[in-house]
Amino acid sequence: MAVDTALLAEAALRGPAARRAWRRSPSLLAGGGVLVVLVAVGVLAPILLSGPAGTLTGDANLAPGGAHWLGTDPFGRDTLARALVATRLTLLMSAGATALSFVAGVAVGAGALLAPPRVRQVLLRVVDAAVAFPSLVLALVVAAVLGAGVGSAVVAIGLAGVPGFARLTYNLAQGVATRDFVTTAHLLGVPGPRVLTRHVLPNVSGPLLVLLTSSFALSLLEISGLSFVGLGVQSPQYDWGRLLNEALPSIYTSPWLVLAPSLMLVLAGAGAMLAGDGLSRLVDPRQLHGAPAAAPALAVRRPADATAAGRAGDPADDAVLVVEAAGRRLVDDVSFRVRPGEVVGLVGESGSGKSTIAMAVAGLLADGLVADARTLRLRDLDLLGRPPARRLATELGIVFQDPSATFNPALRLGSQLTEVLRVHQGRSRAAARDAVVASLTEVKVTEPARRLRQHPHELSGGMLQRASIAAALATGPALLVADEPTTALDVTVQAEVLRQLRRLQRDHGTAVLFISHDIGVVGALCDTVLVLRDGRVVDRTTGAALRAGRAEHPWTAALLAARPGARRDEEQA
Amino acid sequence: MKSTPGTASTREDVAVPAPPLVDVDGLVVVLGPGRSARTVLDGVDLTIGRGGAHGLVGESGSGKSTLAKALVGVHRPRAGQIRLGGTPLPRRGLRGRRPVGLPRVQLVPQDPWSSLDPRRTVAETIAEAVDPVRARVVPARTRITTLLEQVRLDPDAADRYPHQFSGGQRQRIAIARALAADPDLLVADEITSALDLTTQAEILVLLADLRARLGLTMLFISHDLAVVREISDEVTVLLHGRVVEHGPTEDVFARPSADYTRRLLAADPGAPGFTLDETG
Repeated sequence: MAVDTALLAEAALRGPAARRAWRRSPSLLAGGGVLVVLVAVGVLAPILLSGPAGTLTGDANLAPGGAHWLGTDPFGRDTLARALVATRLTLLMSAGATALSFVAGVAVGAGALLAPPRVRQVLLRVVDAAVAFPSLVLALVVAAVLGAGVGSAVVAIGLAGVPGFARLTYNLAQGVATRDFVTTAHLLGVPGPRVLTRHVLPNVSGPLLVLLTSSFALSLLEISGLSFVGLGVQSPQYDWGRLLNEALPSIYTSPWLVLAPSLMLVLAGAGAMLAGDGLSRLVDPRQLHGAPAAAPALAVRRPADATAAGRAGDPADDAVLVVEAAGRRLVDDVSFRVRPGEVVGLVGESGSGKSTIAMAVAGLLADGLVADARTLRLRDLDLLGRPPARRLATELGIVFQDPSATFNPALRLGSQLTEVLRVHQGRSRAAARDAVVASLTEVKVTEPARRLRQHPHELSGGMLQRASIAAALATGPALLVADEPTTALDVTVQAEVLRQLRRLQRDHGTAVLFISHDIGVVGALCDTVLVLRDGRVVDRTTGAALRAGRAEHPWTAALLAARPGARRDEEQA
Repeated sequence: MKSTPGTASTREDVAVPAPPLVDVDGLVVVLGPGRSARTVLDGVDLTIGRGGAHGLVGESGSGKSTLAKALVGVHRPRAGQIRLGGTPLPRRGLRGRRPVGLPRVQLVPQDPWSSLDPRRTVAETIAEAVDPVRARVVPARTRITTLLEQVRLDPDAADRYPHQFSGGQRQRIAIARALAADPDLLVADEITSALDLTTQAEILVLLADLRARLGLTMLFISHDLAVVREISDEVTVLLHGRVVEHGPTEDVFARPSADYTRRLLAADPGAPGFTLDETG
């Protein structure tokens, strides 16, 4: 539940991208269509059909037939006409009850957010208790207290829906209220209620809208239920529930009486549910960003000279070309070779394609991206097809940017760090643990044996990143792909992690593909450096040249000049 | 009894030079409830004169952002005092009506992705800083255009939404919003750490330029000493909530007195003599 709410809140914040998805949602179209038809019926039926629905005739208890499609009741009134006429009252009552739930619920939820902490706690506990209480029972109690009638049914069902809206509003709004733009608005001196209406509520409107439609469907059924048990609409007024209630005594002699109101109830309920389902898909980020149209899988060309391109012993030798689903090229005409023990750096701004190349090499491209190349190989392993998982897992190690996101927060480090060793190399639990402890010791992680029993959040970012480097190297991979491994770390920690990476790489003779936006880091660590811009290699240089501040290409020079302190160096020179 | 304020003491006050814009004295901030409470800032002193640019350096967890938030009143001091232009910061912070004479402080947050409301256009966002209550765009049009020009953004940007901008552009919008409130002090909390080096360099140039043209006082917070060096005349180095070093920027760089500062300087990959090969 909590997870869902968070997801919805995230979705709501992505608002404007949602509009295109309208057309792609058949359930929203179907549900919306049904609701529009029902509203038309509700407006027109009482005007056009009040005669057959209300006039007493001698044609009592007729079975469905030509003149009366769904038969007549004991007073000779057309049951279909009555069900259609009842649409107006039923929809109005449901809409009224939903509106009451929505307005009061949002007010309570938003009020809780503005209230002083103690009042808020009391309010939330009351709401929690009310959410736990079955809403139909609550409605029955309210209706029994207020007496039977249209007004009391609306109030009863409306009140029963308040806690749900209040809780959702509060939960969503609280998530938004901690974001920087809300804090900033407070600091600018925007009054609290204005912050709420201007920043918080618009950003939670998506999920609330979804709840609104499903709440409408529920109100419809509950109000009909109240009328059916006799606590709702009273004669001579009638809604669908009341019609069912009147049909009940003669269910054995004239069963067709239940047909029309039941059909209408099912239709309206299904319509609202479909619309709600469509809306929820609309605000679900997975629906917005996922499920791309089938990517145009480009035929992978393998010219005859492909095998000759890489000499034996070259860990990776490739020419990468990545094409987005839409056909736009993110990376074009990039080729490089990483020799054993060599560190190759890819440097460029965000959007230059450096991470895309790394992920293409590791076979981890996002959905909808397709890599194409003359050759993309790790030693004799073809990375373009579907390389065997075991070889990929053991021969290629990866270190990602955000150490806190690399590990599963719910599992202890031990099981995560030893996984590849156990699963792909078939080592025993104890052997795998010993191997990982040894490699943790190698990267100078303090108390390695105890770390394995800890959860990721108990380690600092630097320790976690060392642990993921150790885990990536524990299998003895031929190539280590490191995607901005130190960007999230402090400078002092970065220097230490880089030192460990450097030493391990030297000791094991591992080839490294190192990605960073920081030309200083790349210069310090790498032997060969490829400078990328807009998905193409604009310059090939060496770490030594960068360390000395030498750049032939203007873009490389620009990157060097952007380094903090670069201008000072120039002045001194 | 004797402490009744007399005219003599008021006259003495007049003779005293104008108080510094920011005067933090022995600040202690404790965060978290009950047993899980943690002392994040422990006796921090910080003084920034009008027109000064002060750099605050430290690693994550050193309390830099907490100090920034304490300056705008988000976190309340457990002990010590914050004076802005000689006026003590009210206990409720800067929310709501500000006391007369209290300098205006604006905070530019770190994360360019969460600092702008995704549902509001750039113009609406800036208009809110111009007029927090009504936030109307039309009367503020010319001001919005001027502000966008000040941060080197095209005035056409006004009617677009935040998701249509890059991280660097979003940070410019956040700076424009902060400037709209006519701040005496601008607190920039790691505003370039989410950006590329090239974009970072552009933002640093912009800040230096704004400072020169508008006479802004700035507190620039970063984990990166090299960045702080670019922009500030004075530096304070924080470690675990305590000040370990403080002084004019060039002195700190040329003659760091604290071990920790020396380690920070040595860790910059662009620094002369930086090497990844371990000694010994």
